[in-house]
Amino acid sequence: MYQKIMLAADGSDNSTRAAREAARLANCSDDSIITIVFVADFDKAKESVLHAESKDSLELTRRKQLKPIEMVLREYDAPYQVQILHGEPAPVLINYAHTESFDLVVIGSRGLNSFQEMILGSVSHKVMKRLSCPVLLVK
Amino acid sequence: MATYLKQHWFSNVRADVLAGIVVALALIPEAIAFSIIAGVDPMVGLYASFIIAVVISFTGGRPGMISAATGSMALLMTPLIRDYGLDYLLAATILTGVIQVIFGIFKVAKLMKFIPNAVMIGFVNALSILIFMAQVPHFIGISTMTYVFVAITLLIIYILPRFFTAIPAPLIAIVVLSIVAIYSGTNLQTVGDLGTITKSLPNFIIPDVPFTLETLMIILPYSVALAIVGLLETLLTATIVDDMTATDSEKNREARGQGIANFINGFFGGMAGCAMIGQSVINVKSGGRTRLSTFVAGAFLMFLIIVLGDLVVQIPMPVLVGIMIMVSIGTFDWGSFSYIRKAPKSDALVMLATVVIVVATNDLSKGVIAGVVLSAVLFVAKISKIHVDRIIEDDSIRYAVKGQLFFASVEKFHESFLMDETVDKIILDFTDSQVWDDSAAVAVKKVTESYRSLGVNVTIIGLGESSRRLLNELMT
Repeated sequence: MYQKIMLAADGSDNSTRAAREAARLANCSDDSIITIVFVADFDKAKESVLHAESKDSLELTRRKQLKPIEMVLREYDAPYQVQILHGEPAPVLINYAHTESFDLVVIGSRGLNSFQEMILGSVSHKVMKRLSCPVLLVK
Repeated sequence: MATYLKQHWFSNVRADVLAGIVVALALIPEAIAFSIIAGVDPMVGLYASFIIAVVISFTGGRPGMISAATGSMALLMTPLIRDYGLDYLLAATILTGVIQVIFGIFKVAKLMKFIPNAVMIGFVNALSILIFMAQVPHFIGISTMTYVFVAITLLIIYILPRFFTAIPAPLIAIVVLSIVAIYSGTNLQTVGDLGTITKSLPNFIIPDVPFTLETLMIILPYSVALAIVGLLETLLTATIVDDMTATDSEKNREARGQGIANFINGFFGGMAGCAMIGQSVINVKSGGRTRLSTFVAGAFLMFLIIVLGDLVVQIPMPVLVGIMIMVSIGTFDWGSFSYIRKAPKSDALVMLATVVIVVATNDLSKGVIAGVVLSAVLFVAKISKIHVDRIIEDDSIRYAVKGQLFFASVEKFHESFLMDETVDKIILDFTDSQVWDDSAAVAVKKVTESYRSLGVNVTIIGLGESSRRLLNELMT
């Protein structure tokens, strides 16, 4: 059904829920592959570097955040790969989804109310709005 | 050569030029404010920012990073300017450059990995606190309107970017509030009250100081501190830019480049500077990636000052104070609070000690050195914990040593042995231990000899290759 599935993930609970749905969709056909995309936010670069002992430990910390998601995908036996990108989450996710021409993008929603969304800005909302491929928003 | 130029200068022209312009606009208020912190004319910081940015765009090792006059360096030089004046600062800046070039040649960047992140977190937090404290005299207890302008500046800086990001919000705050202040006739202190702006390019000057040993002894401590702090902040910034752009940088070339930039900078009337975390993040976020954006940032800044110099003196101080409060908030590591709770106690202690020592001495270099020494001592204390088990076996007693045996742990090692053993045979088991140095080898030898003098047979087992070599040198 969907061959190239992109799963936007930050390691939060809602992205783990999104992983479950992505895995179920991937199980629908034999040749589906999920790409877990994690965006290392520019705004967190200083903090991440300060709190990491080395380049390798920084890499490890980021991979650890994705562990719950990888566990879900393994549980469903869904083939996947991991891609770590750098930048501001929404534009980077949109750009990557377009250049790699995914068949489907799966993303979790933090479930903010409209006031929080105004102040914090919702990544999933921006991604929904600007992507031209099908998007599955998992609540 | 052509491919080098293409890759490092002209691979991203449009975004680099735009990012450079954004950075230049954001640099101006900071360069002025840091000059005021140091106690010199705004031109000293502006010239420094221009020259450092332009020179480092050629000599640096981290494309896309922004270097200019910085708060950390300004805070270090304040006493020198107060006691000796600008010429000594320029001489100190030149000497800082020489020291940094030497650091670069001797690959001091590699030593960075010996600075624990607890010290680096303490460093940025202390810097943030000092920048904030430097603002206090400019806004506490001056006038009600001062508070109002600081507050409005902060509101503009933090709310406007939610809706509009093309022009840096601090610059919008400066333009709008300067106009408001001028046309409403509000009585506020301005940049002009604290110094003058010269609308010309910097000139080559040799600092007017006596070329004596005495002068050298005055500036040397400052130059060493400036060189260390500058390099520390530069290498931290470089690592952040490395991470953001997912590329590598040449750290030793950067150290050398910083030195060359400061060396030239001092001859053109600028104060010592280094890489800036905040501005480099702005640059990368705005799309700057190559040397071109750093060059444009410096060149465009100078262009703006030559064109708009008259307006700069009219900027109300409370607006600059507001911008510096933003810089202070942005510099602070807000992850520190969870760090204090979650990190090992010794790391949290090192971080806090670094902050306290910097704030108490007003000197970032002292805090860093104290932090490094303290964490080294704590590390030695931690690793020197040695444990010796006394195990009674059939016809012998086995002492199983666990831990690292070296100068700091030999005392505990000695105390662990009972000298009134009644068996004929004692085994020293080093399976879970390592003998590191001469003190350790001597300690093992002494224990062995003590037992032998009592007529007890001693056998040593479980020695690793290097431990055995150390002992063999001594025992034969």
